Amino acid sequence: MALQIEHVTKRFGDFTAVNDLSLTVGEGAMYGFLGANGAGKTTTFRMILGLLTPNEGTITWNGKPISYTTSPHIGYLPEERGLYPKMKVEEQLLFLAELRGMKRSDAKREIGGWLDRFEVPQYLNKKVEELSKGNQQKIQVIAALLHKPKLIILDEPFSGLDPVNVEMLKKAILDIRNSGATIVFSSHRMDHVEELCEQFSIIDHGKQIVSGTLKEVKRSLGKQNVRIRSDYKLDALAGLPGVNSVKPTIEGAVYQVDSDETAELLLTEALKAGPVRQFEIEEPTLQDIFIAKVGKEHA
Amino acid sequence: MREFWIIFKQAFMTKAKTKSFVITTVLVVAGIFLLSNLPRILDSIDGIGGDEPTTLKVIDASGQLKDPLAAVLQSNESDITVEATEESEKELEKQVRSEDIDSFLTLSLDETNTIQAKYTTLSSIETSLPETLRNALQTVQAGVKADELSLSSEQVDSLFTQVNFEKNNISASAKSEDELNQARILVYVLMFVIYFAVILYSGMIATEVATEKSSRVMEILISSVSPVKHMFAKVLGIGTLGIVQILLYGIAGFIAFKTSPSEATEGIGSFFNVTDINPMTLVYAVVFFLLGYFLYATLAALLGSLVSRTEDVQQMIMPMTLMIVAAFILAASGLGNPELVYLKYASFFPFFTPLVMFLRVGMLDLPMWEPLLAIVIMLVTIFVLGWFGARVYRGGVLMYGPSRSLKDIKKAIQLGKE
Repeated sequence: MALQIEHVTKRFGDFTAVNDLSLTVGEGAMYGFLGANGAGKTTTFRMILGLLTPNEGTITWNGKPISYTTSPHIGYLPEERGLYPKMKVEEQLLFLAELRGMKRSDAKREIGGWLDRFEVPQYLNKKVEELSKGNQQKIQVIAALLHKPKLIILDEPFSGLDPVNVEMLKKAILDIRNSGATIVFSSHRMDHVEELCEQFSIIDHGKQIVSGTLKEVKRSLGKQNVRIRSDYKLDALAGLPGVNSVKPTIEGAVYQVDSDETAELLLTEALKAGPVRQFEIEEPTLQDIFIAKVGKEHA
Repeated sequence: MREFWIIFKQAFMTKAKTKSFVITTVLVVAGIFLLSNLPRILDSIDGIGGDEPTTLKVIDASGQLKDPLAAVLQSNESDITVEATEESEKELEKQVRSEDIDSFLTLSLDETNTIQAKYTTLSSIETSLPETLRNALQTVQAGVKADELSLSSEQVDSLFTQVNFEKNNISASAKSEDELNQARILVYVLMFVIYFAVILYSGMIATEVATEKSSRVMEILISSVSPVKHMFAKVLGIGTLGIVQILLYGIAGFIAFKTSPSEATEGIGSFFNVTDINPMTLVYAVVFFLLGYFLYATLAALLGSLVSRTEDVQQMIMPMTLMIVAAFILAASGLGNPELVYLKYASFFPFFTPLVMFLRVGMLDLPMWEPLLAIVIMLVTIFVLGWFGARVYRGGVLMYGPSRSLKDIKKAIQLGKE
């Protein structure tokens, strides 16, 4: 019940940026926001932060609307480098932590630990503009997490990081989540969302197209692929009821089917034709779901 | 309130710690000390190189002019010594051409006993030496003519008695000529300080705001503190920085003039009339600096919130800069005659008040209500602009994209309301 967004709509003039969005992020949950660029992710985040007021609907955090009194409990990572280019790393982190209600002395103590964790302790007294983009991103993540927020909003946290650093950051985010924080993050990298989130939404042109847990969504898509490899011709299988389409592969074919029953039917029929070397039911990946739901318009 | 002070402190400290700020401050302080000791430094340079006494060759055809000329030059404490020569004009010209000597002088008396002098030189820029000679010869001529008319030296003196001329301005607001001259320098200097400070610090604000916006720190900031608080904390922070900087200059100036040798203070100090400064002029300078700063800084913050890239800041604040420049030109035009009618009207226009009203109040004896009314008008304008600016700012800081025209103000207010 922690973060509740109910029927939120945001319009800028004639343009509807977010259209009737509803979602609930439970306390200690990790929620993923998927969407193409310009889908309305950042606008939603800005509304959660109270920077923008929705035209319709309400956003509450633990039952109360979000205001400047709740801001010390919120951590925010903006999409682009949200740091002063000319300020030194330590001063910058102290300033932002203080602004979020943290005591200067406490912040000072914590900064060292965070820099060590991200393997960048040598940058403590460097100006931010002297750091590489990936390292700036790390500092920015620290700035968002330093004051131990209860609600963390991360806008594209993994952009600009190499695979090693992505792993480092994923681990840090998971640790924070395990310590009880609620995390909402956006990405257009499906694999990150698939790996980290219990729940997610796909937003397209301001509309929530898909939402729920990963399992639910995959089930509800009602489509799965069955891959069969065999030495015999399998042409006859294509005509079975419930098979939507067939994609021939080198030694067999991939069938798109509606239900588990059809998959079983396929297997029995295939075995009748001869020995089967491989039979696999592939669950759709998030990528498939995204493309199925959004991709057509973008293709 | 806590966040307000954190941002205030941050705005102040980060700027105060920048190299450019420290270097500028140190350079200006050094400049002040240099300027106050300039006469002494120039003196010592004179002592090393410079002005050797000039010896000038003179062809005196009449034979009776060289000695009086030498005497006059000596009594004028000039370092020119004249030396009669028998060489011909041609020879001397040749020497001038070959640069053996700089110049020579030919003197003769015509039939009416008028001195005919010819100064021959290659240099066309030299003016002080011929001028000194001309003045000296004028005196010699007066003597020659007086002799011719058999006038006594008392009679000659009485001929040259100075007129007793006194200006008496009976306009109610005018100060005496002496006071005016004193005030003019002080007002001019302070006008410059106000002008530069307002341009410099309001430009700083606009750039700061645009930097925060373009680096997206703004989103973090205004999710922790309201944009209005942020804006005023910023304006106050940079304002305090400006006051500190100007105070440093003031203290440096004071110390410099107090400690520099008396001769030097006589030179520049008397020029500025440090001792006779009207304290009210300084009070008005502070008041109009503060008001001018807050007026323009609020405007600058408003404008800075509209651009998304620091490169666009200059373009956006151009109208504002032009307004300060216009105020300065108006005020400068009034230094010679502060009673011009258009200045009176201009001094009540809030964007011109800091400079124009300061000029008038510094140079004229205005009735109290005039500066007070101008101050009230400014305060109201600052208040209105602050209220309006806060509304624009709220939306402006969230607006990205190619915004570089004043039309975006409307868009920003719209966005701020939503």
